[in-house]
Amino acid sequence: MWNVIKLIARTGNLSEPGPQDAGAIEAEARRIGAELLGIVGRAVAIRELDAGSCNGCELEIHALNNPYYNVEALGIKFVASPRHADLLLVTGPVTRNMEQALLRTYQAMPQPRLVVAAGVCAKDGGIFGASYACRGALAGLLPVDAWVPGCPPEPLDLLRGILVAVARLKTARVEP
Amino acid sequence: MPLTDLPLTLRPLAGPLPMWQGAADAATWPAAAHAVQEAGGRLVSLWGKMSARASVAAAYAVQEGLVWLELPLADGAATYPDLAAIFPAAGRMQRALYDLLGIAPEGAADTRPWLNHGAWPKGWFPLHAGARAPAPGALQDYPFVPVTGDGVHEIAVGPVHAGIIEPGHFRFSVVGEKILRLEARLGYTHKGIDALFAQTPPEAGHCLAARVSGDSAVAYAWAYCMALESIRGIAVPTRAQWLRALLLERERVANHLGDLGALGNDAGFAFGLTRFSRLREDWLRLNRAAFGHRLLMDCLVPGGVAADLQAGERDALRAQCDAVETEVRKLKAIYEEHAGLQDRFLTTGRVAPPLAAHLGLAGLAGRASGQAFDLRADHPLPPYDALGVNMATHRGGDVAARVTVRFEETLESLRLLRAMLEDLPEGACQAALPPPQGGRGAGWVEGWRGEVFVALELTPDGQHIERCHCHDPSWHNWPAIEHAVIGNIVPDFPLINKSFNLSYSGHDR
Ligand code: SF4
Repeated sequence: MWNVIKLIARTGNLSEPGPQDAGAIEAEARRIGAELLGIVGRAVAIRELDAGSCNGCELEIHALNNPYYNVEALGIKFVASPRHADLLLVTGPVTRNMEQALLRTYQAMPQPRLVVAAGVCAKDGGIFGASYACRGALAGLLPVDAWVPGCPPEPLDLLRGILVAVARLKTARVEP
Repeated sequence: MPLTDLPLTLRPLAGPLPMWQGAADAATWPAAAHAVQEAGGRLVSLWGKMSARASVAAAYAVQEGLVWLELPLADGAATYPDLAAIFPAAGRMQRALYDLLGIAPEGAADTRPWLNHGAWPKGWFPLHAGARAPAPGALQDYPFVPVTGDGVHEIAVGPVHAGIIEPGHFRFSVVGEKILRLEARLGYTHKGIDALFAQTPPEAGHCLAARVSGDSAVAYAWAYCMALESIRGIAVPTRAQWLRALLLERERVANHLGDLGALGNDAGFAFGLTRFSRLREDWLRLNRAAFGHRLLMDCLVPGGVAADLQAGERDALRAQCDAVETEVRKLKAIYEEHAGLQDRFLTTGRVAPPLAAHLGLAGLAGRASGQAFDLRADHPLPPYDALGVNMATHRGGDVAARVTVRFEETLESLRLLRAMLEDLPEGACQAALPPPQGGRGAGWVEGWRGEVFVALELTPDGQHIERCHCHDPSWHNWPAIEHAVIGNIVPDFPLINKSFNLSYSGHDR
């Protein structure tokens, strides 16, 4: 951990300076990043999957890539292929029309694999609930390692949720 | 009164905008569509409902305002005259209507399912009264239209895309790099919102409406509130009207800032993304501080706005408009002078004005293809009537035109925001809600993507929502993308797609 922090300190902040009043948010993001690196020792690769969200959650996940949160510098990378992903970040109430794509994406991931449910919809269907069109809770379909509250969750909360899931890697299970 | 040449009885709908409502029969249904088209009007939306009998409804934008026509079907009848031959945009709306309600247009060219991917049985319709959710079925393949010929092959993309994007499937038929045909399959994010409204108290419907498309939460909530307030005869205080417009313009700027950055990035100019996403983040943080939510969800409520604007925040909002304008002007100059960027933008993904008119291309994309419609200018509500909105239009119809319109609209919104903050009237920001009352009402709002329309019908006692239909401008523009990409190369598709930035969720509902 000390080496990680030393390295981060020596490299300095490569991103744009943030707004004056927002220093606390960036500091918190950097702390989470350092902790993540301490656990996995390399970048965490995330496959984001919209399982029927209203797109509000995607907007906030996008925000993680802006210079303030600058997640790539924190050791978090969004990847295109589930085969490269450690973690599946799922939004939305799992529409029946997306269920198959969700399960296939999960199956394509190498083990150990983590699942984070982002937003109230992925938690239990949120405002959309369970219906002819939605399955509701993601946990009914996949083993969920962390849940991020919010509608949509704010970027910093997303980072915290990712950290909670990654911390479980220490006791990772490999499914048969 | 519009459509006076037809045997129709239209009566004005209560509400702040000029709207009329009336019933049509099987003969006047297509005749009205023809009359609207000849007069230069457009189809806004098409939907249906099942109460005692099934009926289909259409909303048209005409010069005088909006006309909401309803065609009740005879007992047991399950067909109605097709409108897709007159307004091509009706095609997919009619297919969606069949999947939800089981009524079909007569002799329509395309009758493939649209929202029903096989997850619920054929012959089971979610909007039939008392329809209980059946067990999920297996998803069905979709019969895409094949393209044959020497060297033609298909590229299948989605529903899960490479980036952080909503899901949908795109089927390209290509020769080498060149796109011969694109066909989209949507509906993956269908959440059953129409059926859900029937279980939602009318006073809470704005929360569900705001989540039809999260990037347009203000536009949807406003349209829903307008419909409800019209039914109940609620007079929204002047200050609340101004604050609603302020929220709507903040939503517009937030989305334009995001898109302008992403468009730079998709053309290989990451610097643009970095700068614009920073501005967007500043913008969202101030939304949070001043209104309590970064995406402004649930800031509009029936009767007004949820919370008043404090004096300190008012100054901060004003200062931010100045700061963002300075940055945007600098970035605009950089974008315009950047030869590589312009090379990718110009002539790419073009929808020429005549095609745009034919397809009914809506909103921002429509204005970039010569379709000069903007509700804020055409039928201005307060405060737009007092401030005046300069509509941004372009005839280029390409990615470059959609970028230019975004820049101009951003600057215009900043001007409007400053003016609103300057002259914000004093007074209450919320009206008390009178006792429930039944009836029907409509809301029509120019969101950042285009016109959002809500048709609301309450039960006679006003306690329940009988039908609430939310329309997204993406319905008109998705088919246009299929035209825009023809002859372009596959690697330009993400750029073209982003330049429209359509809502999957708003479309799939
Ligand atoms: S949690 Fe909220 S923002 Fe996220 S998908 Fe659900 S409704 Fe949209």
